[in-house]
Amino acid sequence: MSSTKHKTDPAEMLPRLPGHVSQGRFEQVLRAGHFAVTTEIAPPDSADPAEVLKRATMFDGYVDGINATDGSGGHCHMSSLAVCAILTKAGYSPIIQFSCRDRNRIAMQGDALGAAALGVANVLCLTGDDVSAGDHPEAKPVFDLDSISLLQTLRVMRDESRFLSGRKLDTPPLLFMGASINPFVPPLENRAEQLAKKIAAGAEFIQSQYCFDLDILKRFMARAVDMGLTEKCFILIGVGVLPSARTAKWMRANVPGVHIPDAIVKRLQGAAKPQAEGRAICVEMMQKIKEIQGVSGIHVMAYRQEKWVGSIVKKSGILADRKPWAPTQ
Amino acid sequence: MYRVRLWAVKRSRFLEGIYNSVNPAILLLLRGATKVFGKSLDRLITVMEAQLKGFLFDCKMCGDCTLSKSGMSCPMNCPKTIRNGPCGGVRNNGMCEVKPDMRCVWVAAWDGASRMKNGAAIETIEFAVDHRGKGKSTWLKLAREKGLAGE
Ligand code: SF4
Repeated sequence: MSSTKHKTDPAEMLPRLPGHVSQGRFEQVLRAGHFAVTTEIAPPDSADPAEVLKRATMFDGYVDGINATDGSGGHCHMSSLAVCAILTKAGYSPIIQFSCRDRNRIAMQGDALGAAALGVANVLCLTGDDVSAGDHPEAKPVFDLDSISLLQTLRVMRDESRFLSGRKLDTPPLLFMGASINPFVPPLENRAEQLAKKIAAGAEFIQSQYCFDLDILKRFMARAVDMGLTEKCFILIGVGVLPSARTAKWMRANVPGVHIPDAIVKRLQGAAKPQAEGRAICVEMMQKIKEIQGVSGIHVMAYRQEKWVGSIVKKSGILADRKPWAPTQ
Repeated sequence: MYRVRLWAVKRSRFLEGIYNSVNPAILLLLRGATKVFGKSLDRLITVMEAQLKGFLFDCKMCGDCTLSKSGMSCPMNCPKTIRNGPCGGVRNNGMCEVKPDMRCVWVAAWDGASRMKNGAAIETIEFAVDHRGKGKSTWLKLAREKGLAGE
């Protein structure tokens, strides 16, 4: 560390353990063999940092990592980098999301350095939704890189301590690198090969799209295990909380990549209390997913239902008696 | 043309055969031509390549052709120009998330690759395209590369 009089440490970093790439807590939990839980925070439409912390506190004691979405669905919100900086400073373990939609390789490499400098230890590399899905469809989509090229780029920076151009870095960004997969949409038979590509490009953990279909997941995971992929990366499966049959139908028609079988919609339709039923479905999914070979954790995406995340995780019992670390405890 | 493009993916094996048998000859010819005429034929050759590949594959002349590694489906037709697709937004019927009337070019690519002799090439990673190559001929680029067969 330099001897400057200015305060330079926005966040306290953990010592880097042998075999670890980052100084973050999330990687340590996974590498220690724990079944991990992550969730996502909806960045506020606000310039107030307290708003971010208020949202994060809801998850205290139930999650090992918090994803800060990056203009998800093509909608403007506070940037993922800023959310992660605020969370990191408060002691949380955020996962920064990098979407290729809005920034080119120059901006993204700069952000990788910036994020690491602010203490962010985890990154999820995404291609991202198209601008047409959001509230600024007139914007220019960038897509200079795709998720796999982005993974390669960050790995070059971290492991070779240089930019893509070859220019040397003084201090490389020690980021634990992740990618997403969606085993539930075509081409189903090639999704495992695509996962292999993401791992080859540098993905060390995976967070999947919503799983509402266990049969597809089981087939996919069996392939992944056969191919030896679960030895090479930690796979966290995404689950969602559906508040009603109407929302379920709307989501599968309008949110790209969401596959919800009719059986789930029917179950919600037939329920006296659809909201509670939606949470029950989520709890069951989590329990069953944990039983599947090769799964390392669960990623709970509960947009506008964040307040339920804690109780759902608790009810599912997937953490057993482990209590994830939180700054407030 | 969209229809022709779908046909090309269906006939990926056949097109791969043609590509493998005539490509070396074309490249040698081009290499000879570029030696004799320098750059004076570049415009003509580029236009010919754009026309032919445009008709067959809706080629966008990115300057770094991957057709043989992407099941004869041109990735530059993907609205996100993903070079290692598909994305997670593919519709249940295999159509594109962004353009519901278009078959996802990467669903097509994996499908095309499954019929090709060297289809496994799709499993190798393609780094993002070099944007300086836009509008330039891949044929000429290859012809001018060193180590061409017969050298
Ligand atoms: S669905 Fe296919 S063609 Fe459409 S954006 Fe995604 S990868 Fe590209």
